Parts: sequence; C-alpha cells; structure tokens
Amino acid sequence: MAAKKYDAGVKEYRTMYWQPDYQVKDSDILACFKVIPQAGVSREEAAAAVAAESSTATWTTVWTDLLTDLEYYKGRAYAIEDVPGNDEAFYAFIAYPMDLFEEGSVVNVFTSLVGNVFGFKAVRSLRLEDVRFPLWFVTTCPGPPHGIQVERDKLDKYGRPMLGCTIKPKLGLSAKNYGRAVYECLRGGLDFTKDDENVNSQPFMRWRDRFQFCQEAIEKAEAETGERKGHYLNVTAATYEEMMERAEFAKEIGSPIIMSDYLTVGWAAHTSLSKWCRKNGMLLHVHRAMHGVIDRNPNHGINFRVLAKLLRLIGGDHLHSGTVVGKLEGDREATIGWINLMRDRYIKADRSKGIFFDQDWGPMPGVIPVASGGIHVWHMPALVNIFGNDSVLQFGGGTLGHPWGNAAGAAANRVALEACVQARNEGRQLEKEGKDILTNAAKSSPELKVAMETWKEIKFEFDTVDKLDVQHR
Amino acid sequence: MSDVQDYASRLSDPASRKMGTFSYLPPMDAAQIRKQVEWIVKNGWNPAIEHTEPQHSMSNYWYMWKLPMFGETDVDRILAELEACHKANPDNHVRLLGYDNFKQSQGANMVIYRGKAV
Repeated sequence: MAAKKYDAGVKEYRTMYWQPDYQVKDSDILACFKVIPQAGVSREEAAAAVAAESSTATWTTVWTDLLTDLEYYKGRAYAIEDVPGNDEAFYAFIAYPMDLFEEGSVVNVFTSLVGNVFGFKAVRSLRLEDVRFPLWFVTTCPGPPHGIQVERDKLDKYGRPMLGCTIKPKLGLSAKNYGRAVYECLRGGLDFTKDDENVNSQPFMRWRDRFQFCQEAIEKAEAETGERKGHYLNVTAATYEEMMERAEFAKEIGSPIIMSDYLTVGWAAHTSLSKWCRKNGMLLHVHRAMHGVIDRNPNHGINFRVLAKLLRLIGGDHLHSGTVVGKLEGDREATIGWINLMRDRYIKADRSKGIFFDQDWGPMPGVIPVASGGIHVWHMPALVNIFGNDSVLQFGGGTLGHPWGNAAGAAANRVALEACVQARNEGRQLEKEGKDILTNAAKSSPELKVAMETWKEIKFEFDTVDKLDVQHR
Repeated sequence: MSDVQDYASRLSDPASRKMGTFSYLPPMDAAQIRKQVEWIVKNGWNPAIEHTEPQHSMSNYWYMWKLPMFGETDVDRILAELEACHKANPDNHVRLLGYDNFKQSQGANMVIYRGKAV
C-alpha cells in the first residue's frame, strides 16, 4: 500500500468520514443521531462531520494524522435516513471502532459522542437518539449493584409491582415530623418511601437526624406489618467524600436502600457510589433530576433511552422512567421502549418503540423502572398494565393527600394494586375494566373508597412534547 | 374531622401482620384460588407450597411442603396439595409459589390459607 503524502488544508469531511458501504462490526459502538444541518450543508457532509468531530478529526488536516492509521481509528457515518414527519431532519448512523474508548468508561464514551460535536456550527441541532453498546463494552462496566431478582429476594416482594411514596412537602419538615410521615406510609402498606431529590442536608433537617428518624420509622412499621420496608435515604451531596459519609452511616444504622441523583452528582461519582453499594449490600435508587434539560427537546440533546442505558451500565437498582399517565412528560410507546431496555436481557430494534439497535446486555442485571409523579389510585390499572410486575409505582400526593392521612392513603394504594394484579392474573383487561375492578375492591376497603372519591376528577391531558417521530405528527 | 377514620393497625394486635401479595385483600374463595393457580401454570412456572407458624412469617425460609411440583400443570392436583398442606398444618400460613426458573425468581407468591393470628 502506498504511503499517503501530507496535504495541508481543510477537506470536506465526507471524503473520509462518509462510508455508505461500511459493514458494521459486532465490536463497534453504534450511534443514531437526529441531525438538522445548516442551510447549504448536504446530509452526507453533515453526517460525516458529526462522525468526524465525535471521533478522530479536527477542522483541518494535521501532519500527525499520518503517524497513525486513521482508517482504522476513525468513526464513520454509514447510513442516512429520513425522519418521519420532519423534512428538515435526518437520522445519521455512525459506527465507532472499539479502540476509541476506554474499557468500562461511560464517561469516556459520552465525552466523545456528545462532546464538542453538539456545539458544532455546521449542524443547527443534534440529538443522540440511541446507542448500541457492544457486549465487550457492557461487560467492562459495573452494572446495577444488585438487580431486580436480588432486590426481590432481599425485600421478599414477589408477584406484584412494589409501592412507594415521596414524602411531601419536599422541603421544610423537621426530621422527626418527616419520620412520622414515613412511618404512616409504611405501616399503611407501602414498601418504600423516598426522600425528595432536593432533600440533602438543609438547616431545617440535617441528614443524620433524618436518617435516624426514618430508620426508626422503618423498624416500627416492619414490626407492625410483618413486611420488609425501606426508605430511599438520599445521599446526594456537594462532594464525593460527603456522599460516602452519608452512605456509610445509612449502612451503619441498617437502612436497606439509599438514593443518588446520577446526572447532578456526575457519572464518575455515581459509579463509585454504585460500586460501593454492591460491596456493602445496599440497594441503590436513582433519581434523574436535570434529565428534562437534556432529553425533552425533540431536535437537540440526548434521548432518555440513552440516559437509561447509560445508567444501567454505571449502576443503579431503580431508575425513574416516567409514568405515561401522570403529571410528567412521557410518550407511551417510547416509555415502554426504554423500560424494556432497563430490564430485559436482549432487546431487538423496534422503531415503533424508538429503539434503533439490537441491544445485548449479556449477564448484566436489570434496573427496576420507577413510575412517579402525579399518579393516584385511578391510574393503577393502566400502570400495572404498562409497567408489569418489575416496577416501583410511586404515589406521593396520591398517598399523602388522602383525607384520612398517609396510612389510609397507603392502604388504598396497596388494595388497588393487589386488586389489579389479581384481576390481571385472572385474565381480565385492566385498562378496560379498571373502574369495575377498583369499585369492587373498594367494597372491602373504606380507605380505597374515599381515595377514589377524592381523586376521580383529576386528569393530566396535556400533549406530550417529546413524541416518537411518526409521519402523522 | 369526625368523619376521619382511624387506621387500625397495632404492634399489639397480631392481626395487623401482613404477608405479601394479596394480604390486603379479603381471603380468596375457591374460584379465585383456582384462577391464580391457572395463572402460574399458564406462565410455565413451577408451583411450590410452603407453610409457617404465623409468628415466624418474616423468615425467608418457611417449611417446604414436600418438593416444588416441577412441571405440574394439573390445576386440581396443585389445589389438592394446597389443601393437604393446610389440613396437616391448620394453624399455619400456607402459601403458593410459582418458581420462574428463567428469571431465577418467584413469579408468584401468595398466602392461600391464613393461619391463626398469635
């Protein structure tokens, strides 16, 4: 093979980074971007530019390019597709060779894939829609500390979704009053209660006090109900050292589960925490504050399915995934797509659910999706149908807002849940017969009856902003 | 506030103890139990029966009633074993499990006969 000569200057990206005949390798990391190029920039050039800028290239040729084999190291755009219902945008499929990435480093992968390229002038907007992580990369990442089956065994919960509740008001309660709210929820029949994401260690309630009062609440509720309980103690803090101090204390007092906000604490800190959790037998609940900034704009950012895959790689036992039916944004099919990606062993590409690539997780355990936000007993049939057993359904206002208090609210939710699970097992259509199922269950539960009367009129019928790309939008 | 109801659950009252899925619903009648057994069979899970003295129900390990019924799909035979276990241990909780060997977990776990609260 003849050696190349150095030829300084700016070249069109497509001469090197657009390669429609490329055969993708099993070891490649594959990415699908939604691209809207600047006026006058062709699709091929824009796709090649994204491939180049997210892998080996800079804006001009440099002599040191010739000291290596760029043909081997470069990322390349290998396919372009129309985006249904959007004439401006197109999908660019890019393959990155395995050598570009450090083993086990999600941080490294995303520093490339969503790095400088997102500010690149030749594209008007850019969205990372999906990433295929090859099996070699998956097996170099730590993954969930425990996974779904281990959590079920540790907590002795089978055959149904688990139930949770975020304690409100989210800010301002004293630690003792907060613990009271926790105790009432747990004795009423919930499996979990949760710190709100912004509950850290404020002057009105320092973390150590909160941890101790919540642990007493758990222990008493367990003794009273004979069931295992947990409260997600939020260890999110300003520094890694402080976060670990809180985690260690949670373990010391016997808490079964802690929580972290993986986007705001940073992925490296979160990964370290997750590894600590496995080492110390601590379940890890993961909240996703800031995701809306990254994933909600349909033309720019990162789709949540990518953030969900990323979390499975760096580790978490629970992850908030949207509810479809509550107060927060979430397209139904897209949500089903990413909860499959969180839980299943092998997921086939399925455009109807927004999944662009087959994804093989090998032996990596799954993450339990958490549905939380503006849901109440009337949503239960749809939630059980959409999420299935391996999920946590979290009713905050839908527990605490019960006219008789938290314990009654919790019992109402538990009865509604069990009635729906029973009916599903009997072969009944939950979303069609939901009203019947709940009304019948309420005959033996005055708590459920009152809950149904309290919330019957509440609906959340705003249109979803981040929808799947379909022709009829 | 007179219409607010108390939530009657007490440490001192053994009847406040719950036992997992369906323990917040009224006990199932025979037809309902049969449907749950059918659900386990339909999913291809292996039925198993366990029982315990109610005061020890928080233990992971209840007494196995014989061995799990691997591959058993005859609903009547499963129901008969449940009844046999109950008859032999009338004061104990008796639960029915569906072992899901693919997930290495239990797809179902429900108390069928509730023991005497002590």
